[in-house]
Amino acid sequence: MFGYGFMVNAFAAAGIVAVLAGVVGYVLVLRGQTFAGHALSHVGFSGATGAVLLGVSPLWGMVLMTLAGGIGMGLLGEKLAHRDVAIGLVLSMSLGLGMLFLHFFTASASQATALLFGNVLGVTAGAVWTLLALAVVSLAGLAVLARPLLFATLQPELAEAKGVNLRLMGVGFLAVVALATALCVQIVGVLLVFSLMAGPAAAAQALTARLARGVALAAVLALAEAWGGLTLAYHTDWPASFWITALSGGAYLLAALRQGMRIRR
Amino acid sequence: MTALALSGVTLALGGREVLSGVSFAVPDGAFVGVLGPNGAGKTTLMRAVLGLLRPVRGTVSVFGAPARRGNPAIGYLPQARGSTAGLRLRGYDLVAAAASGHRFGLTLGGAAERREVDWALDLVGGTALAERPLGELSGGERQRLLLAQALLGRPELLLLDEPLASLDPRHQHGVVTLVREIQQHLKLTVLFSAHDLNAVLGVLDQVLYLGGGQAALGTVDAVVTAPVLSRLYGASIDVARIGGRIFVVAGGQTVGCAHEHAPLAAG
Ligand SMILES: Nc1ncnc2c1ncn2[C@@H]1O[C@H](COP(=O)(O)OP(=O)(O)OP(=O)(O)O)[C@@H](O)[C@H]1O
Ligand SMILES: [Mg+2]
Repeated sequence: MFGYGFMVNAFAAAGIVAVLAGVVGYVLVLRGQTFAGHALSHVGFSGATGAVLLGVSPLWGMVLMTLAGGIGMGLLGEKLAHRDVAIGLVLSMSLGLGMLFLHFFTASASQATALLFGNVLGVTAGAVWTLLALAVVSLAGLAVLARPLLFATLQPELAEAKGVNLRLMGVGFLAVVALATALCVQIVGVLLVFSLMAGPAAAAQALTARLARGVALAAVLALAEAWGGLTLAYHTDWPASFWITALSGGAYLLAALRQGMRIRR
Repeated sequence: MTALALSGVTLALGGREVLSGVSFAVPDGAFVGVLGPNGAGKTTLMRAVLGLLRPVRGTVSVFGAPARRGNPAIGYLPQARGSTAGLRLRGYDLVAAAASGHRFGLTLGGAAERREVDWALDLVGGTALAERPLGELSGGERQRLLLAQALLGRPELLLLDEPLASLDPRHQHGVVTLVREIQQHLKLTVLFSAHDLNAVLGVLDQVLYLGGGQAALGTVDAVVTAPVLSRLYGASIDVARIGGRIFVVAGGQTVGCAHEHAPLAAG
């Protein structure tokens, strides 16, 4: 399987992005912001297609749009936090706008499919390095924010009293999420980012109540699901995105069942 | 030495004055019960002491210095909002999040930090509780952990905002005596807001009554009297003492004091 260059690239890209998604996703689930994360990937769709229209790399269009969206959501903060309808509308408008850009570009349907459902087997060696660099930036940002972010997430009133800037935490974290989302799209596509960001993190939280262990477990689960999905795709010739989402859903289901049984006992 | 002094303080929220020209001074080492009906401004007052709300007029000073955000001399237990109630997260991690949580960087659980958390947990008798997920703790057990969290950084002034909310009388008593023990052990000044005066009556040095934008601070005997409370609420208030318990009655209805668990007859 590793005799093919594209498989090596796919494993490297999926591995980098999965670890990032697991770690960032853990905090996302802890903060109850998974829907905001889901919406960000859709915002990125219009950025990516807009970039194609302008002849720029779709990855950078995506990064730019998700970052703008993340920072915007963070600035609106509390006002937007529980506005599911507003977030949902922006999400679908953005998809619509992306379709319009694709229409002007008269792009092939496969380009749209790649953006929407991912095309991990098409990742080039150069793109792997770009993904690695962006993932490092995103993780470094999270590491800087980690302590006050966790404090602000768990005890906002106390954190505020101790001098933590809640607004800054909200904006900073959504910027990190935006970057991670843009990278996830390269692997599983706009529509399936949720399964890589939220799936492993939620499963990890069902499996352990320890913070450090939970973060590590989320990263390991995401990695296993991504690489497992690629392996299954190679052997079955079914799409990798299908296998990754299936494994993510399956892992969450098992973790939730195990937790349910543990509580009932 | 004064722990907390307000002089001519007016606090407003959304253009409405919650407290108007309030002055009082809490001596160092006092256990003060903060009482008053819903919306009287107990939480607002604490936020002003924490420097989260700037007075429209007047000054708030804490140990002689103006109130400011991030003052390490103040410990705070916010009014419960239940946001952490369903979390699948170990209690220890919740408490530890507050230990140097105001500094940027990665939490790697430094030894000094862990010692501090263990010290606080030990003080509230919450070491074993902290190993369990928050979602599986009772309200009283969670309150114990939050008290430990408020003690991190060894504050000298402790602001506890309704730590008795949703606890039954037995657990209320447990929390009150625990806070009293810690207060005397560490020589803290405590502001403890509550809805049932009788729940904290046994441990109070002073009581701070809020109502009608005004405040009255003093010993229970001086403040919880018909004339003082009538002036505060701008209504005719009676105070009845029955078997060591106190009932504040307005127009035949008990206010701010008696609790569902303590009907008049049970006094
Ligand atoms: N963000 C806000 N904007 C405008 N008014 C507010 C705001 N927050 C609180 N208030 C008002 O300020 C007043 C004081 O509120 P506060 O929360 O301090 O009362 P409290 O004494 O703590 O009440 P409770 O016993 O219900 O906790 C209330 O009348 C409330 O309606
Ligand atoms: Mg309150």
